[in-house]
Amino acid sequence: MSDTALIKLTNVYRYYGDTCALHDVSLEVDKGEVLGLLGPNGAGKSTTLQIISGNLAPSAGQVWVNGIDLLDKPKAAKAGLGYLPDQPPLYRELTVDEFLTYCARLNRIPVAQRRVALDTAKQRCGLTEVGRRLIGNLSKGYQQRVGIAQAIIHSPPVVVLDEPTVGLDPLQMREIRALIRELRREHGVILSTHILPEVQAVCDRVQIINRGKLVLNDTIEGLGRRMQHGSSLLIAVRQPPSEAQLAAVPGVEQVESLGEGRFRLHHLLDRSPAEAVVERAVSEAWGLYELVPERLSLEQIFVDIATSDSASSAEAA
Amino acid sequence: MIAHIAAQEFRRLFLSPLAWTVLAVVQFIIAYFFLSAVDNYLLWQPRLAAIEGAPGVTDLVVAQVYGSSSLLLLFAVPLMTMRVISEERRAQTLAVLFSAPLSMTEIVLGKYLGVLGFFLVQVALIGVMPLSLLLGGGLDFGMYAAGLLGITLLVASFIAVGVFMSALTAQPTIAAVSTFGILLLLWIVDWAGQARADEMSGTLAHFSMLRHYEVLLKGVVNSADVIYYLLFIVTFLILSVRRLDADRLQH
Repeated sequence: MSDTALIKLTNVYRYYGDTCALHDVSLEVDKGEVLGLLGPNGAGKSTTLQIISGNLAPSAGQVWVNGIDLLDKPKAAKAGLGYLPDQPPLYRELTVDEFLTYCARLNRIPVAQRRVALDTAKQRCGLTEVGRRLIGNLSKGYQQRVGIAQAIIHSPPVVVLDEPTVGLDPLQMREIRALIRELRREHGVILSTHILPEVQAVCDRVQIINRGKLVLNDTIEGLGRRMQHGSSLLIAVRQPPSEAQLAAVPGVEQVESLGEGRFRLHHLLDRSPAEAVVERAVSEAWGLYELVPERLSLEQIFVDIATSDSASSAEAA
Repeated sequence: MIAHIAAQEFRRLFLSPLAWTVLAVVQFIIAYFFLSAVDNYLLWQPRLAAIEGAPGVTDLVVAQVYGSSSLLLLFAVPLMTMRVISEERRAQTLAVLFSAPLSMTEIVLGKYLGVLGFFLVQVALIGVMPLSLLLGGGLDFGMYAAGLLGITLLVASFIAVGVFMSALTAQPTIAAVSTFGILLLLWIVDWAGQARADEMSGTLAHFSMLRHYEVLLKGVVNSADVIYYLLFIVTFLILSVRRLDADRLQH
């Protein structure tokens, strides 16, 4: 554990009545890092981020933001924090400029630097053209950008984004992701999402959260390695052989027919029967035209972890 | 920092047509009160002139107008305070304030002062009206000022209740109705047992906002009355701060 972490949660619990929303969550985010918090609906992602942003008090545990204890010195800690909740907090009756100026004031940006801060934030979020428009009249995508702009206007070391790309079209999503990658240079970013490709696109590290518990903490490369450890081949042939013939190929453990000459061949890890299948296909003239080693998607890892976790907790109970 | 929130609140109030409508309607009705009070005074003036120590124009017109304005403001304040926190809670914009380096006290005070600023405009408009009497006569300025102080304190207390009620809920209408209910109750609380002059009725009278206001309207600035209003305001503001704090601790 490093002391330089921008965000540090240790053994955080959060109860809503009898429901335990967060169970012993500890995490860290360093400077120059984007941490993705991943989990199904109701897993506790938003609760975690609300706690980091000071909008919710934890039932137990400690939170440091920018090296300052958030519970002890909330004002000092919050000075180094920008937060975008899952629903962007916008005053619809204000113009973009008015709203961002207000946010700049609230975050105690000195008068002299306010203009610059405003322009920088607008420029980074692509809002330069819409400064004088009413927020209520902007499209959802632009509103989301205004939400991000208010979170970064005071250049906080810590940026907390709750589902930043929800409701955006693919083009806007790409822009926002580019922005997040850019933020990484100067800030530590933590974001939550349930969109898996997003994690792969922008995050350096992933923590999967399920039922209030952290169940996986890995880097994107680590996840990538896990993903390559697929254990099945997908083949398509013109003259389909019988399943028994396929099962007879050395290395094939199980055959799954997908119809129209497509099969999924399960095999043991690191023992791909690809070569044997090709040889057999040629010698027996199956007319093989497709052979794809299936890579485990993040989704599968996610589902595996989520289900295995609930299975193990069921065993424990 | 409080000033920023207050200024913002003040400006946002004026961005909605509600503020302008309230100002206009209240002003119109008070103008009508004023006119009928002046009319009545002119009717009685010849007879009053004959009586030694008869109530003057300040008693009969200014105090009258202030008195009826207070009732009108009892209706107007809940309308303006209802949204101050509840609307933000409903639109989930409170996060902007909660994640900014601000204490709850600053947030509540800022919101409170913003709405207070609006009603000071209203009170100023009400206060200007009697000055037109200077065209045709004199005014008892001491009494005028005491009345103005009274109405300001009264409105400030109304707003404190309104802010608290708004902090309790996410529905502006509920905030408005309950604010109105509490204010009306505190207005008439001394009605019970008014006939009996026992200890109970004395206590109730002490809680009545109207009683303290009537004293000020008579031109008597009693520190007890002023302190009553100040304590009232502080109490409800503290309650609001506590309520907002509880938002983070919600169970």
